[in-house]
Amino acid sequence: MTTTAPAPEYSVIGTRPIRHDGLDKVIGRAKYAADIQMAGLLSAKILRSPHPHARIKSIDTSKAAALPGVRAVITAADIPAVASDRMQDLGETAVRLRFLSSNVLAGNKVLYKGQAVAAVAATSAHIAEEALSLIKVDYEVLPPALNVLDAMKDGAPLLHEDMLMQEFGQRTTKHSNIANHFRFKKGEPADGFKQADVVVEREFNTAAVHQGYIEPHAATANWNVDGKLTIWCSTQGSFNVRSQVATLLKIPESNVKVIPTEIGGGFGGKLGVYLEPVVALLAKKTGHPVKAIMSRTEVFEGTGPTPGSYMKVKMGANKEGRITAAEVSLMFEAGAFPGSPVNAGAMCALACYNLDNAQVDGYDVVVNKQKTAAYRAPGATHAAMAVESVVDELCENLKMDPIDFRILNGVKQGDRRVDGPAFGKVGFMEVLQAAKNHPHWKTPLTGKNRGRGFAAGFWFNAGGPASCYIAMNPDGTVSLIEGAADIGGTRAAIAMQAAEVLGIPADKVTPTVVDTDSIGYTSLTGGSSVAFKGGLAAYEAAQDLKKQLIERAAKIWETTADNVEFEKGEFKLKPSYERKMTFTELAGRLLTTGGPLAGRASVDARGVGPAFAAVIADVEVDPETGKTQVLRATIVQDAGKAIHPSYVEGQMQGGVAQGIGWALNEEYFFTNQGTMANPTFLDYRMPTALDLPMIDTVIVEVANPGHPFGVRGVGEVPIVPPPAAVANAMKRAIGVRMTDLPMSPGAVLAAIQAKGNGKR
Amino acid sequence: MADKVHVRTTINGEATEFLCEPRQSLLEVLRDVVGLTGSKEGCNDGNCGACTVLFNGRMVTSCLVLGVEAEGKNVTTIEGIATPAGLHPIQQAFLENAALQCGICTPGFIVAAKALLDREPNPSEQRIRLWLAGNLCRCTGYDKIIRAVMDASKKMQEVKAR
Ligand code: FES
Ligand code: FES
Repeated sequence: MTTTAPAPEYSVIGTRPIRHDGLDKVIGRAKYAADIQMAGLLSAKILRSPHPHARIKSIDTSKAAALPGVRAVITAADIPAVASDRMQDLGETAVRLRFLSSNVLAGNKVLYKGQAVAAVAATSAHIAEEALSLIKVDYEVLPPALNVLDAMKDGAPLLHEDMLMQEFGQRTTKHSNIANHFRFKKGEPADGFKQADVVVEREFNTAAVHQGYIEPHAATANWNVDGKLTIWCSTQGSFNVRSQVATLLKIPESNVKVIPTEIGGGFGGKLGVYLEPVVALLAKKTGHPVKAIMSRTEVFEGTGPTPGSYMKVKMGANKEGRITAAEVSLMFEAGAFPGSPVNAGAMCALACYNLDNAQVDGYDVVVNKQKTAAYRAPGATHAAMAVESVVDELCENLKMDPIDFRILNGVKQGDRRVDGPAFGKVGFMEVLQAAKNHPHWKTPLTGKNRGRGFAAGFWFNAGGPASCYIAMNPDGTVSLIEGAADIGGTRAAIAMQAAEVLGIPADKVTPTVVDTDSIGYTSLTGGSSVAFKGGLAAYEAAQDLKKQLIERAAKIWETTADNVEFEKGEFKLKPSYERKMTFTELAGRLLTTGGPLAGRASVDARGVGPAFAAVIADVEVDPETGKTQVLRATIVQDAGKAIHPSYVEGQMQGGVAQGIGWALNEEYFFTNQGTMANPTFLDYRMPTALDLPMIDTVIVEVANPGHPFGVRGVGEVPIVPPPAAVANAMKRAIGVRMTDLPMSPGAVLAAIQAKGNGKR
Repeated sequence: MADKVHVRTTINGEATEFLCEPRQSLLEVLRDVVGLTGSKEGCNDGNCGACTVLFNGRMVTSCLVLGVEAEGKNVTTIEGIATPAGLHPIQQAFLENAALQCGICTPGFIVAAKALLDREPNPSEQRIRLWLAGNLCRCTGYDKIIRAVMDASKKMQEVKAR
């Protein structure tokens, strides 16, 4: 449900048309990366490290290469040497080029179990798999550093012997697994704590969790003799794949064409390349197209989860309920290579609150685990689990209502974040008010072992470059070409913005996501940016087309453009308005009155509108088993403007579901040898339909002034509040404050017992 | 490599023959041998439901069935749910209720939902949740999927009542 009715000035925006790409998806015809077939296609498989930390002394591929059906075997030696320290942008995170290279195929060392070491192309996947067992790798096994606190200690095994710690912006001389330590500070926290009447200090731990997209990574490459490389893959950013592959393989970007297939979920995990450079090299070596598909276990072991973390939060408030000081420390496991989202986490940690005295420290720490990747509002969910739990405890101690407390302390326009920037127009207060007025908040929760929790969350959202091309068809429809991967309905959201400008129904626009040769640069599908920046590009392209259509109508009527008015899909000649032409009529006359027309735009969308969300969760905890069931969940979120409300709700519901999974079940469970013990969907338990209630949504619309329709972006912030909301609900249900994720049955039972023994 | 086996079966109502290795799963055969890529592989171990097909009318995960087991059987995949006359009401309901985001889980959910409504035309919300618990969706939080199945069930009964 939306709090405001579709604005009367719009005829398309705010409605709920059937999405354009839906039909192919409900009949099984949509082509995803694994569905690519072509003549002469070979299958590739990847050999992965069995050790979390080892030196590669030698690799013997001769036996594998001799197996009938095998066409090529490659190792890191086949990647054109990239010893570069240059940073490669991955969209929401960045990585040094040489690290990206060894994450694709390991060089002289492996840094996690599951890291790719060699690859085989063969006439069938089964033969390629057999060949893997014939590759002999001689490892010198090294002791691993397996969690963030151990890895930070002096004397811990070093992952990168040459890495020097960076501290407060300076490179130190210290060899350490701490890649970076930084601090944001505002005012003087020590003074703030002196003014506090209550102070709460807590420590938190969260396990690594995976994005869990249902489609495993898959990629196909063809390398022609003229040096032109074509890649079909499932990615959130086709232009990013192009630049990563070209840089790694030292070939011109213009030689690489990336054809994005339909993508079966990403959530941040499909920004960096894994398979693409490998199949490209194999295609070059064999002269055949080569396809690789990861197994689910490879997805868990060989691609990036979001980091495990250790966090400390201390906050103080006075009797009136004003927060007087806050201190936060975030230590994130980057995995094998630097680049965890601790930066974003640190900027988001206290972003909901207007604070005079606050400090946030962040540590990016390498450990012998998978290189972490972005996951939906990267870093913000960790930080919110810690901060929103402590805020809840302040409310308990002060006997204040959690929403009133946030209304008193929450940020408004003009307030500054601890890391510096001031907020423009934001809708946090509107979100809080809507939550406060919601029947869910107003209806008392009854029953044993039940509790209600509340938490809020912030995410920046992002913008960036996007391109769009809109061509008129003679029948009055338009073809819209764009470059951003559509993971959850953005083709519809972008087409609707063009339709609004052109005064035609959404189904008269045919949107298509095309390859990197067929559209101008478009940045990735991430940062909740597509409906915002792609929508802006479509808006501008439609305006461009509209202007040309008005000029054409003027030409037909032998007048000038300022005498033509365009309204609701109709061209009218001023001043009498007696001569009229519909959009469709004009479309039919284009070819005989001067030729076809198309609009185009390339934009760099900068007027980003940040997002706030709040979640109310009711839980019931079974004290016998420790199992927690979420009985009811409501999310309130500022969307700026919901273009297609159903898909906005879908993002909100999906984010809450992932947040609940993170809260209650999901974790990379590592043995003390550094092996992930649960790399299947059986043992890595994501929520099923049976684990969740219906998820109620309230869309708040505080328009973003940086977008013609007010769009902010909706994809990421809904995952931020749920873990803390569930933890806060559990506290009220059973009187135990859970500080570690996941709050699985075993952990809950242990906490209940510890409380019985007077420990909590 | 073992010799390939000649299998005679029926897929989506059409008599079909194929050659497959004994070790190939039905999912692999459908996708790579027969060319029906609508059934998806999310896990290859029976835990995601993206590969769900009907096997003599029973719901199965095709990654856990061998291709050779299809001999003499009747297999229905997502490609066989719509008719030339139009979409199945479940497919229509998925579109109208925005019950898909990335869409990779959608074929499995639609086939599984059909298996349910073929047996129980009017299931409760809880019954639908239980029946579909073998199908993972990471995008939607299930809310709109459950509503779509309830919607389809209602519409199918209205048609029957007419
Ligand atoms: S692929 Fe068969 S259940 Fe997942
Ligand atoms: S719609 Fe993406 S997994 Fe269900």
